[in-house]
Amino acid sequence: MDVQTHRGNLIMNTATMAYRNLLKTLHNPDRFMDVIIQPVMFMLLFGYLFGGAIAGGVSAYLPTIVPGILIQTMLSAASGSGSQIREDLDSGVFDRFKSLPMAHIAPLAGQLFADVLRLLVAAVASLATGYLMGWHPAAGLGWVIVSAVLAIFTGWALSWMFALLGLLAKSATTVQSFSMILMMGLSFMSNAFIPIKTLPKFMQVIANLNPVTYVITAIRQILATGSLTHEALLVFVFGIGIVVVFAPLTVWAYNRN
Amino acid sequence: MRKMNAIEVSHLTKRFGDKVAVDDVSFTVGTGEVFGLLGPNGAGKTTTLRMITTLLKIDQGSVTIFGHDTAKEGRLARSMFGLTGQYASVDEDISARENLMIFSRLNGLSRAESKQRTTELLTEFSLVDSADKALKDFSGGMRRRLDLAVSLITRPALIFLDEPTTGLDPRTRTQMWDTIRKLVDQGSTIVLTTQYLDEADALADRIAVIDHGQLVKIGTPAELKQQVGGTTLTFTVDQPKQVATAVKLVTTQLKAVVQRAGQQLSVTLDQVAQLTPVLTALQQAKVAISHLTVQEPSLDDVFMDLTVGKN
Repeated sequence: MDVQTHRGNLIMNTATMAYRNLLKTLHNPDRFMDVIIQPVMFMLLFGYLFGGAIAGGVSAYLPTIVPGILIQTMLSAASGSGSQIREDLDSGVFDRFKSLPMAHIAPLAGQLFADVLRLLVAAVASLATGYLMGWHPAAGLGWVIVSAVLAIFTGWALSWMFALLGLLAKSATTVQSFSMILMMGLSFMSNAFIPIKTLPKFMQVIANLNPVTYVITAIRQILATGSLTHEALLVFVFGIGIVVVFAPLTVWAYNRN
Repeated sequence: MRKMNAIEVSHLTKRFGDKVAVDDVSFTVGTGEVFGLLGPNGAGKTTTLRMITTLLKIDQGSVTIFGHDTAKEGRLARSMFGLTGQYASVDEDISARENLMIFSRLNGLSRAESKQRTTELLTEFSLVDSADKALKDFSGGMRRRLDLAVSLITRPALIFLDEPTTGLDPRTRTQMWDTIRKLVDQGSTIVLTTQYLDEADALADRIAVIDHGQLVKIGTPAELKQQVGGTTLTFTVDQPKQVATAVKLVTTQLKAVVQRAGQQLSVTLDQVAQLTPVLTALQQAKVAISHLTVQEPSLDDVFMDLTVGKN
């Protein structure tokens, strides 16, 4: 039997693993329910509850809240990757993956590439609800797609961090509860739902330090100006940075397991 | 020329905290051999197997597979064996066919080759009818068969089976034995762990008895049995008045002590070949006998003898 070379099969192994995860999801479509229900619910609740109080009306509030909930949804969809990996590791099938002559990053990368579908579904659910509520971004559909791509990329980059969390945590439940707290904290202590200047001084400091604020600002700018702003490129570069740092860390944690 | 060993395990040790799970275990497995690791629950069988198959880090000692050190050439060593774990390590959420396809692809087969190998294995393991059903509806036996099928995708020369029949019903168990024997006939080297003595006896060429992480004994099933004593011959003399004659005859023939219980006599044989002269002598003396049994010591006796009182 010939032994395959390491690098040549990395992409193919990753693709196969992505296909496996995709199959798993397609056989259980209920795995999409959380990323559909959550943005729809938040969009309706926040839009109709706070729209009047914060922006003087629902339609005036939509340009603020649609990018906000889009990113919040990306965060929570990304956090799902962590508990998914933990569950997989506990199931015994990873023993076999490890005993196969393939690159150790392939099972992880496969999972995260398959999760792009989850992120896509979540993004579509968020934006579609916005449209149904009367959202009319000035920049047009083309730029809405660009902003969705940036949001999905950011979510994907973050899923590497959650994957690391999944590998280090003891159980899927731990990952889930920790991710929930992280998601809530990051999305609410940002400019997702409110203008930052309405916050008390110390909260303004936190919100301005929160990376989520920058992502949301970048998305709003794309939608308002119909161009790729400096901030948008910065978010993109930062996302690449996260993957470069966290991909090797997750592989390290995987090998340690 | 010396045949290359499939596996060489030397001074293998693993500690979990204070507990020594595997303690200085050494053995070799020849090519084409069926090697059984036998021991009670928690004896260290699975830990040993996980270290050999590179799933667990080795604390001390070394393992080579077909001459390749697993610590230095892990990837190469991994490409040379198939592993079937104690718990079926297949994907629950996808079908048997999808499992085989995915693992074929991960093993480096092309799409067409994967499809062909999947069909072959589904047929060989009688899984064709349920190939596209969700694994959730599979019985324990079907799951094990699929699991074994997945390990055999690349037709590895060395196969590890960790408790292949634990939890299976007797019929499925016999099917599994047949499958394993078929692999042996094809020339595979097999290492299996089991807590069932009859299984080790039925399948293995050599057995290593492990208890409390230590290798207690190693040998062929026959050698292990011999340690506990020879074969026992038992029979009943039909006519009470002939019992004394029978005892005298058997004693003269075997030069061994005959146990007597009413009309039933029993005696230990050194070899089964001694049986014929005894029977001939009895026939010539016109002593009618019945209920004749020749009992070899079972591995159960060996097992109890080696591990008694420790657990």
